[in-house]
Amino acid sequence: MDLVQLQRQFVDYRTSLYHEGFLDEQFTQLQELQDENNPDFVVEVVSLFFEDSERLLNELARALEQQSIDYKRIDAHVHQLKGSSSSIGAQRVQKVCIAFRNYCEEQNVEGCLKCLQQVWHEYSLVKTKLESLFQLEQQILTAGGSIPM
Amino acid sequence: MVLAESGFSSPRNDAFPAGLRVLVVDDDPTWLKILEKMLKKCSYEVTTSCLAREALNLLRERKDGYDIVISDVNMPDMDGFKLLEHVGLEMDLPVIMMSVDGETSRVMKGVQHGACDYLLKPIRMKELRNIWQHVFRKKIHEVRDIESLEGFESIQMTRSGYDLFDDGHFLSGDDTTSGRKRKDADNKHDDRELSDPSSTKKARVVWTVDLHQKFVKAVNQIGFDKVGPKKILDLMNVPWLTRENVASHLQKYRLYLSRLQKESDIKNSFIGMKHSDLPSKDSTASFGPHKAMNMIPDDVPNSTYSFSASNSQAQNVDLKGQGDLKGITSAPMAEPKGALSVDIRDSHEAKSTQMSFDHSLGSVDSAVSFASFNSTTPLQYPWTEIPEIQFKQECESLHLENGFSQLPLPGPSMIENEANRSRIEVKPLLDDCRSNFVEHLGPVGAEDLFPIQSKSQSLNNQVFDLISATKSSMKTQDVGLNYLADSEFALRNLNASGVGVPLATLSEDLQICWLQGDCYPMNYGLQDLECSTYDNPALMAETPFHLYDVLRFDHEHLFDPAEYYAIDQGLFA
Repeated sequence: MDLVQLQRQFVDYRTSLYHEGFLDEQFTQLQELQDENNPDFVVEVVSLFFEDSERLLNELARALEQQSIDYKRIDAHVHQLKGSSSSIGAQRVQKVCIAFRNYCEEQNVEGCLKCLQQVWHEYSLVKTKLESLFQLEQQILTAGGSIPM
Repeated sequence: MVLAESGFSSPRNDAFPAGLRVLVVDDDPTWLKILEKMLKKCSYEVTTSCLAREALNLLRERKDGYDIVISDVNMPDMDGFKLLEHVGLEMDLPVIMMSVDGETSRVMKGVQHGACDYLLKPIRMKELRNIWQHVFRKKIHEVRDIESLEGFESIQMTRSGYDLFDDGHFLSGDDTTSGRKRKDADNKHDDRELSDPSSTKKARVVWTVDLHQKFVKAVNQIGFDKVGPKKILDLMNVPWLTRENVASHLQKYRLYLSRLQKESDIKNSFIGMKHSDLPSKDSTASFGPHKAMNMIPDDVPNSTYSFSASNSQAQNVDLKGQGDLKGITSAPMAEPKGALSVDIRDSHEAKSTQMSFDHSLGSVDSAVSFASFNSTTPLQYPWTEIPEIQFKQECESLHLENGFSQLPLPGPSMIENEANRSRIEVKPLLDDCRSNFVEHLGPVGAEDLFPIQSKSQSLNNQVFDLISATKSSMKTQDVGLNYLADSEFALRNLNASGVGVPLATLSEDLQICWLQGDCYPMNYGLQDLECSTYDNPALMAETPFHLYDVLRFDHEHLFDPAEYYAIDQGLFA
């Protein structure tokens, strides 16, 4: 694939992510923050997000496995995850978090478990998609091109 | 993780708002990184921290190192609101709260705790671009207040100094009454007078020690539960002060007190500070400005006690309300044991500028107190100096008995005033104090200071009353630690009953006193000066205020001329 094609593919892919709600305006902000001083800014931030989210998701899984569930703690984690996902614009993850918190409030273990599953799912999706996006970026850069804004 | 900018910058340069020094606190690493980048793009100087406690330390280490703080609401190690409170009270910096949760109640809480703005995540860069307005606004307000204070301060200082040096007035017994009257008159005058000029040196000084004292006095007069900014403003009778000033200060004060109240129990356990422990200047510092505290040299054992003398101005000693005292005490109490400093840190550390001082100092009218408190650095010396001088002075002036010198009670006039307000009867105190006192004071060289006059009256009851009275007024006098709550000192000083009560015991008593909230007979030896001359009118006349004594008695041999000079400077800085 030549450079122009790569770039077009990249743009299309990125646009679709927005359309499908995987990413939102916040992600654009991140891209705008990237500059010569921080050429890998977006990748770095997203990596931080991945790390943090996985940690939180594991905590959530652990917390929901307990005999007596500490809903407060779960709520705190979900809140964190919500904040974190808002940082990169992972909209779908954020939405699930909102529902998740509601179940927490109701102390509905079933609902919580369902949400945990969903949030894992959404997280995995956005992670995969972002990784693909970055790969495309890399290919463009390797081919000597620049990333279209 | 703290990513500090290289070196610590001095206050912004002229390219404001560029170079605005922002401290960002957020436990979310992703957001922290993003915010840092955004702020840098705004040409701000950014420091980040993912821990609230760490952030507080950073702020405390460099009081003038930051212009604004942005903090998340939900953090694992400390509630964002708590951090907000601390910053507002200790450093008086604008704080912006952030959260992904935009519920009205949360936002309201933020505003109530003093946040100057509340941002919802995800935060856009344009929202950060304008945060400088909060810094600017604050500066304007400060400048306004300082300017209006300027004239006042110099006059006030002069007056205070003048009073202090009016030997005749406080020395003769007959003058007790007149002295008191004079004090009253002066007090009224003070209200109209200018504040300490030293306060003008500090950018953030708005609430000077004196001003805060007036504030507290007004609050107490009205009754803490019934206060309102308007009422306080009216009572304070400070023409240039606005209702808004009072309102915001009241808000902070309330938060501060409530925090101290909660922690007073913990602190109470620390109350039994021994004399020698008192000089834990650092701890005291927590009460007041950090700097000032550090200034109190540990090697000036007396200082802790004598400093309280700075409260000297009996007149300005506001009978602080319970809350006030408690608030104050809790902080200082902890100190001596060292735990205090910890506690203090945890609890609300006194604002570097005034609040704490005011509390501890009670009516520190002396310029010194102002000076020391108001100015960040230079005045510290006077402050530390003073205690020593005071002690010595008192020793000198009072006739030492077994190493006791008559503790300068907060002046007969003061006492009487206090008594009127707080049923203080000093006399009995003296006796008890005297007997128990000196011996136990020991470590700090209290011997000299225990000018407790032992009149053979049982002071216990009196102590009780006196404590209440002295709490507010004498607090710092006795303890030398301005910060220490008056009551604490009162207890210490009063130490009426326990014969041969060791300091440790005193501590306990003090604790008890504290726990019980107020005037309890203190079986503490008078560590300080206050209790002495109630019985003897002459004596009483002699020692109305510690500070006065200090100034009054030129006992050069008691202290270095340099010290005196320092005090002098401090007073008249």
